[in-house]
Amino acid sequence: MTRENSFYGPLDDPAADAGHTDHPPRVGFFTDTSVCIGCKACEVACKEWNLVPEDGLDLTGMSYDNTGMLGASSWRHVAFVEQQLPLGRQETGLPDLPTGPSVTGVQQEVVAEGMRHAERGGAQLGTGPVDVGFPSFELPGATTGAEGRTDFRWLMSSDVCKHCTHAGCLDVCPTGALFRTEFSTVVVQQDICNGCGYCVSGCPYGVIDRRPDDGRAWKCTLCYDRLRGGLEPACAKACPTDSIQFGVLDELRERADRRLEQLHGLGVGEARLYGRDPDDGVGGDGAFFLLLDEPEVYGLPPDPVVPTRDLPEMWKYAGVAASALLTAAVAVFVGGGRR
Amino acid sequence: MGVRRWLDAWPVYRQLTGTDPLGRGRAARSARSAGLVPRTDEADRVADSVCPFCAVGCAQRVYVKDGRVTQIEGNPDSPVSRGRLCPKGSASKQLVTGPQRELKVRYRPPYGTEWQDLDLDTAMDMVVDRVLDAREKGWQETDRDGRRLRRTMGIASLGGATLDNEENYLIKKLFTALGALQVENQARI
Amino acid sequence: MGSNMAEAHPVGFQWVMEAKARGARVIHVDPRFTRTSAHADQHVTLRVGTDIAFLGGVINYILSNELDFREYVRAYTNAPFLLSERYRDTEDLDGLFSGYDPHTASYDPSSWAYESVRAEERSGCREKEQTDPFRHGAAGPAVEGTAAEIASDPELRHPRCVYQVLKRHYARYTPEMVERICGVPREQFLDVCRAWTANSGRERTAALVYSVGWTQHSVGAQYIRAGAIVQLLLGNIGRPGGGIYALRGHASIQGSTDIPTLFNLLPGYLPMPDTTHEDLAGYVEAIGPRHTKGYWRNADAYTVSLLKEYFGDAATAENDYCFDYLPRINGDHGTYRTVMDMVEGKVSGYFVLGQNPAVGSAHGKLQRLGMANLDWVVVRDLTMIESATFWKDAPEIETGEIATERCRTEVFFFPAASHVEKSGTFTQTQRMLQWRDQAVEPPGDCRSELWFFYHLGRRLKERLAGSADERDRPVLDLAWDYRMEGDEPDGADVLRHINGIDLRTGRTVNGYSDLKADGSTACGCWIYSGVYADEVNQSRRRKSRFEQGPYEAEWGWTWPLNRRVLYNRASADPEGRPWSERKALVWWDEEKGEWTGHDIPDFELTKPPHYRPPEGAEGPEGLGGDDAFIMMTDGKAWLFAPSGLADGPLPTHYEPHESPVRNLLYGQQGSPVRKVYGRPDNPSNPAPPEAHHEVFPYVFTASRLTEHHTAGGMSRQLPYLAELQPELTVEVSPELAALRGLVHLDWAHVVTSRAAVDARVMVTDRLAPLRIDGRTVHQVWMPYHWGHTGLVSGDVVNDLIGVVADPNVLIQESKVLTCDIRPGRRPRGPALLEYLQGYRDRAGITPRTGTRIMTAGDDDPGPPHMEPGQDPDQDPAPPEGSP
Repeated sequence: MTRENSFYGPLDDPAADAGHTDHPPRVGFFTDTSVCIGCKACEVACKEWNLVPEDGLDLTGMSYDNTGMLGASSWRHVAFVEQQLPLGRQETGLPDLPTGPSVTGVQQEVVAEGMRHAERGGAQLGTGPVDVGFPSFELPGATTGAEGRTDFRWLMSSDVCKHCTHAGCLDVCPTGALFRTEFSTVVVQQDICNGCGYCVSGCPYGVIDRRPDDGRAWKCTLCYDRLRGGLEPACAKACPTDSIQFGVLDELRERADRRLEQLHGLGVGEARLYGRDPDDGVGGDGAFFLLLDEPEVYGLPPDPVVPTRDLPEMWKYAGVAASALLTAAVAVFVGGGRR
Repeated sequence: MGVRRWLDAWPVYRQLTGTDPLGRGRAARSARSAGLVPRTDEADRVADSVCPFCAVGCAQRVYVKDGRVTQIEGNPDSPVSRGRLCPKGSASKQLVTGPQRELKVRYRPPYGTEWQDLDLDTAMDMVVDRVLDAREKGWQETDRDGRRLRRTMGIASLGGATLDNEENYLIKKLFTALGALQVENQARI
Repeated sequence: MGSNMAEAHPVGFQWVMEAKARGARVIHVDPRFTRTSAHADQHVTLRVGTDIAFLGGVINYILSNELDFREYVRAYTNAPFLLSERYRDTEDLDGLFSGYDPHTASYDPSSWAYESVRAEERSGCREKEQTDPFRHGAAGPAVEGTAAEIASDPELRHPRCVYQVLKRHYARYTPEMVERICGVPREQFLDVCRAWTANSGRERTAALVYSVGWTQHSVGAQYIRAGAIVQLLLGNIGRPGGGIYALRGHASIQGSTDIPTLFNLLPGYLPMPDTTHEDLAGYVEAIGPRHTKGYWRNADAYTVSLLKEYFGDAATAENDYCFDYLPRINGDHGTYRTVMDMVEGKVSGYFVLGQNPAVGSAHGKLQRLGMANLDWVVVRDLTMIESATFWKDAPEIETGEIATERCRTEVFFFPAASHVEKSGTFTQTQRMLQWRDQAVEPPGDCRSELWFFYHLGRRLKERLAGSADERDRPVLDLAWDYRMEGDEPDGADVLRHINGIDLRTGRTVNGYSDLKADGSTACGCWIYSGVYADEVNQSRRRKSRFEQGPYEAEWGWTWPLNRRVLYNRASADPEGRPWSERKALVWWDEEKGEWTGHDIPDFELTKPPHYRPPEGAEGPEGLGGDDAFIMMTDGKAWLFAPSGLADGPLPTHYEPHESPVRNLLYGQQGSPVRKVYGRPDNPSNPAPPEAHHEVFPYVFTASRLTEHHTAGGMSRQLPYLAELQPELTVEVSPELAALRGLVHLDWAHVVTSRAAVDARVMVTDRLAPLRIDGRTVHQVWMPYHWGHTGLVSGDVVNDLIGVVADPNVLIQESKVLTCDIRPGRRPRGPALLEYLQGYRDRAGITPRTGTRIMTAGDDDPGPPHMEPGQDPDQDPAPPEGSP
């Protein structure tokens, strides 16, 4: 029953691949960050519905982001990015102002560089004293120069589990706690999870994590219970500006393509889709994004690859090796019997 | 439990015999997952409400089971909010069900260093006494020119912007009858 | 402008985003780059407190380029009316209008009147107009004789017509001047002017949004007037897609002004009677005098119906419907005045109802010292808030200014029922009443305000039963028999009484036109009349938006009479035809002989456009078929306000009370009639022309974050919100950080003459320095949600702010002040008091500072405007003997 693309590459119907016959269409999120107002309603609505505990009262200093990263107790995370870059045709009113300069541009480069080298794409930022290998991180305002203010934009983006077509967390889960639902989403079953933590390293986005208190792994379920009741996920329902759109994935992809075209037509050339492509390293995301900059800027890995990409090959090699071992063992027994 | 059902409950059996040989989907689904429904489906009743934070007036639906609020979310029918809520509105359930709520009358006597308990009925009577006393202390019948004032400057009140219209109506009505006019709310602030 | 809609009203902002997606251009004019600016097509950074200069510039641009919607302006505004010859403008008097008295710091507004063709009728009304405007309800003191002919020039050329007066008043508000005052580069400013005017007119409309960024100023009412003038000149009022949106900050703050818990108002914007109102007739005549047009002329019906609702059968024609039962005001009894009276021991008891003045009101320290000097305070809230615990954990405990063992205030904390534990209506920001059904019973001792005040009243009535004291009659006669559900009064029955009842039939009235002045109707709030029409709770309607038209008339109920757009008669031309098909809202249907359209017409339904009132007609009958502004005494929208405002008929740029710069337009620095309270516990930072203003060199402003709610009582206590913004921060530009040695995330403290508060530093490009007349001005911003209780705590930002108020509405100037900022934490304990004293000494501050408010011309500036009994040279210090 395993198909050629069960572990890597485009896969039209992950639910069928996971044994769901007669299942509903694949659903997901399209998060259009160009209309995100950074209100964090998604974070709160998610927590209220899923009874996710508070995740620490720490000021991170990363603009208005005090969540820092996705984790066991933050299933939605709104990133805030302050940049010295123009946004589309926006006139910020900040260029020309009398004295310069600011260092957010410098900071941006430093952060992006750090993220490229970070084990988890920089998703650790702000949650504690994590060394993400910043070469020379300078705090905002630490330096000034003589040149005037140039441009500015403030990006906001609500991140979430990608519900990958090929989900590393699921593929490495040894207990069957993680499973693919009939909606093609990926869900941890808390009644099964034993807290082994393999999934944590299996996720190319650094999304899934264990709670320190109970040890089990937690992440976005795309509100599996709500989906089964015909409701949309709590975050998408709350989102004031429809930045988070829930729906049938195929329709969302069409909608996203149209939106991208519209933005490009409006002169927002930097707009791009992230996680939409079924040919990418995870077979396309069930939750994908319209971004206004490189993914690293938002703390997203530029080219995520499911760690189990080579699993079938490995199984093949492992099978050969196992056969050889078995042969050898049998030979030993046989030989021994003859002894 | 029949043998077949017993076997079906065993994931490995499902994996080997079903449509999910890799055990990543249907075969791995636990009994709990198979029975999941949104908790709002189990509500005894749903009350139409309105968010108590800012003045946009987003419509809320309050789901109640066994006399407890189990969920508050937006009402998509609303022409004002179209079912959406901001982070504060989304935190409404925590606002009304959280442990931060004070549930008992508290009393601090003059010069006291700690709160004391007080029953509601006694507290109400004590407030009645104090209102009459303060009204008396601050009473002004006329101004210096002999013009009628008929008021007390002994009682002040602040609040109302988060209260219902009906509540504000009774507040203003009662204070006016008492002659208290230093009645104010956030709209002045 | 003056609004951070995306952050403070995120769900409302979906409509802005939708408009933008449909091609609307979004402009955000604000001192800071906020989450709103992030989605605007254009953000304009301006100096805090200079919006009138900016808007005056827009007005000047419109008038000097003749870009006004001329037909609209001529038909619906008072632009053609001539002013009295006695009027003198700020252009003539160095920033003052005619009628200024430096000794009382107030205006005699009689010279701002229209030139009536019946000038002789005006004699004798002068004294009345000198009374304070807050005594006049919404109508303001009426301009008498407006039903009669007012001299006018339809060509708008007469030098004394409003149009020409306006033009002259704003002639010097040029793009260059805007740049010098506001710090907005002129090209940017002109971009805004071009966009605003290009998107207004017959085929297009523009909407204006403001919030407390406009109201919390010493000239707050004039900010809004300035916005209104622009919108009127461009024909953007009463039309779809136009208007001025006052985004209010609390669930029913609109309701709490409509049905006021405010000292100067009775329900429906009827004024609280004052000492000049000897009887009902005199009171009614003061609100809606003879010979005036519009619906205020029926104030007798509204007032008598209210008195019938208040006092029931006891109110009769013979006893003037118990008008004498109403207490009289005779001055400022606003919340800040009252708090100062508390400090002075003049107030005994205080009810604090769902509000947290110890954190949420300006000058927190004054609030706490006031509460610590009461006999008793009743606090009703969901959680334990700072206003209930000041006696044990106020910051003044640490400094020794409040000692628990010596604080006499008796404190009652009553837990309140939450919004799901009671039923009732909130009135949201667009005047819509929405009913809430009760979901669950309140837990423990939690009770609604309805329960609390009903039973308080009941117990008071029982206690006073049999009293012969005339003073107790109002309580004993109070109609207090609402339908009960168990021991909870039925909110729906209260709402029914607010709607109004025909006492002859016992049924609800259907609207305010059913109200009578003969005692046959009872109505708690005339503007809410209709909310219970046909004995149906109209506010409870929940017809889905998917099942009704674009104005969703069957969702909730909007006052007045479910009309969604006020003054929508103006959406049609004088002949009753829509100005354009694209912008049609209501219009005259000649065949049916009535007004019709998408919205419910805000006009007499069958009055044709060509109707002209007969000679001598008054009130609603006096309104012509093209008098779209039916609440105004002349039926016209006021570009120039001939009465009703304490601080002048036209918005004028004055510097804030505390400002780092001199007013570049006039000798008059700040508002010449702003309310100052010169006293030792309310010091002001000096502003030019006073010396030493450089001690507080930066401009300070404060506002909200999305993640918290006002004083924090409903958000700091919630883990899901507290974790999103866990600490008090102060935002500064990189330039100011470098200047003052502030480091991102390190501590810094902000200092004014009142207080110093700690915060973590956020260095961000979202704040930028400005060039103001050749020098750089830095701005500092803080959110104000923190206090010392809750999951996350921080210093009280409102402690920084002193009390100075708008003279019209007595709202404090808390959006702009001056400050210093220093790295590191502030001193604590008694050392903090010494530290602040050091600042005051360096700045030469005495209680007199900021109180000599006339700076125009060379005339006698008059005395400093000190609080009675204050020694002007005394050093500010905590009041002696504070508990």
